[in-house]
Amino acid sequence: MKVDCLIVGAGPAGSLMAREMARQGHEVLVVEKKQEIGPPKRCAEGVTKHWLDDFGITPHPQCIGGRIEGAALYAPSGKKVMMEGPQMEGYVLERKVFEKWLASEAIKEGARYMVKTQALGMERSGDIWHVHIRTIEGEDVVDTPLVIGADGVESKVGRWAGLATVNKITDYHSGIQFEMAGVNADARYIHLFFGREVAPLGYAWIFPKAFSANVGLGILEKGAKMRAYDYLIKFIKDNPEMFARAQPIEINAGGVPVAHFTEMVAEGVMLIGDAAQLVNPIHGGGITRAMHSSLMAAEVAGEALKKGDVSKDMLAGYEKMWADEYGERTRKLMKLRYFLEKLEDKDFELFADILQGEDIYALTQSKIGFLVKKVVTKPALLGLAKKYLLD
Amino acid sequence: MVRVVRDKCCYCGGCVGLCPVDAITLYETHLEIGAACINCGICVKFCPVGALEGDHEG
Ligand SMILES: Cc1cc2nc3c(=O)[nH]c(=O)nc-3n(C[C@H](O)[C@H](O)[C@H](O)COP(=O)(O)OP(=O)(O)OC[C@H]3O[C@@H](n4cnc5c(N)ncnc54)[C@H](O)[C@@H]3O)c2cc1C
Repeated sequence: MKVDCLIVGAGPAGSLMAREMARQGHEVLVVEKKQEIGPPKRCAEGVTKHWLDDFGITPHPQCIGGRIEGAALYAPSGKKVMMEGPQMEGYVLERKVFEKWLASEAIKEGARYMVKTQALGMERSGDIWHVHIRTIEGEDVVDTPLVIGADGVESKVGRWAGLATVNKITDYHSGIQFEMAGVNADARYIHLFFGREVAPLGYAWIFPKAFSANVGLGILEKGAKMRAYDYLIKFIKDNPEMFARAQPIEINAGGVPVAHFTEMVAEGVMLIGDAAQLVNPIHGGGITRAMHSSLMAAEVAGEALKKGDVSKDMLAGYEKMWADEYGERTRKLMKLRYFLEKLEDKDFELFADILQGEDIYALTQSKIGFLVKKVVTKPALLGLAKKYLLD
Repeated sequence: MVRVVRDKCCYCGGCVGLCPVDAITLYETHLEIGAACINCGICVKFCPVGALEGDHEG
């Protein structure tokens, strides 16, 4: 089998890339190892609306599990900070549907899909990659000049191409979640809970949907005394006012790369989404960044295929585009994350005193300079802020 | 070599991206640890549900 472009993985990154490449008139094949695109989800399904708007993506109404007006953040004592406003409006998606819908949009443009089809390895001769796949009908080889690794945190495409994509456990959240029915929480907001005993070096969340809610947490192993699962059970037990009647209808788990270390291109290879570790290092949201990387990669890939030059140098245009838009921001957010990792529960309480919702939004957007000024009133925080936030 | 506790594994594949020697593969719902495993224990530490057990764990 020969194609212009083989995309490994039909998550948000892969399917948006497929739509873009097919729209440009290229012959695209997407292989997805699961027999059903979508489940099991490895996600809390939250996205901010303005991001999708910026990319011109209006999810089909069936993809929307809940509509959100803002976020409520809770310090360990329960002290609450609200984040509201147009930039906070968002959806809790129904990812099983969202991913199928994105695939359908790509198929509308002419992309081909194979499900229950796993890429097993690849080797290169001349300018062509030979990718070995296993389908329901047996093994096969796809010959292509361009392989897109959209294979998520499990990514092997990068490894096969010789890129150092292995994640570091110090920068990789261990995530666990129940989708639950019967949760008592204001469904207009997502709820985020902080504290060393709640979710060390991460946070716990409730993302409400029409008749259920994603209740989960992410932690870093280096700060943890037990498994993510045990923290989640404790969180549910410790909060009977929200969970007394709640029951799980689904269990989800997953890893979240909250740092970006890897290269994104090799000869005839591009990595997008989680495969390239493109997640916001502060909140762990990766859907919109994954999709943005697809749009950028498709622009460069289209040009490269047209010119018949898919060399690493040519494809590096994508990596540069990404770095121009996100490089500095990601670097700052990682710095902020290392700062937050140093905080004790009492520090979170101090933060809840001095920060407003809009301050926290600014932080997630990597505007961190002002934080140092704000914490002047709290000497306990100032030392830490100076050490970790100032260059 | 690390073992998979099938009753616990949620086949999220999170461990795969951490393996320094590419010994782990997730085939749909079946997690496989290959002979390349060096028993470094990183995946064991990560697993959100405790579905991976290393040799030197008691
Ligand atoms: C617990 C948890 C909660 C999260 N919550 C949020 C959230 O609320 N908001 C948010 O924005 N992000 C969240 N994220 C992150 C988000 O889920 C990811 O960033 C996003 O899914 C990345 O999309 P992707 O297309 O790059 O990868 P994925 O969605 O992981 O897709 C990769 C696809 O590739 C397939 N694949 C892998 N290997 C092969 C192979 N060899 N052959 C064929 N197919 C293959 C996989 O089966 C999969 O379908 C969360 C993550 C976790 C773990």
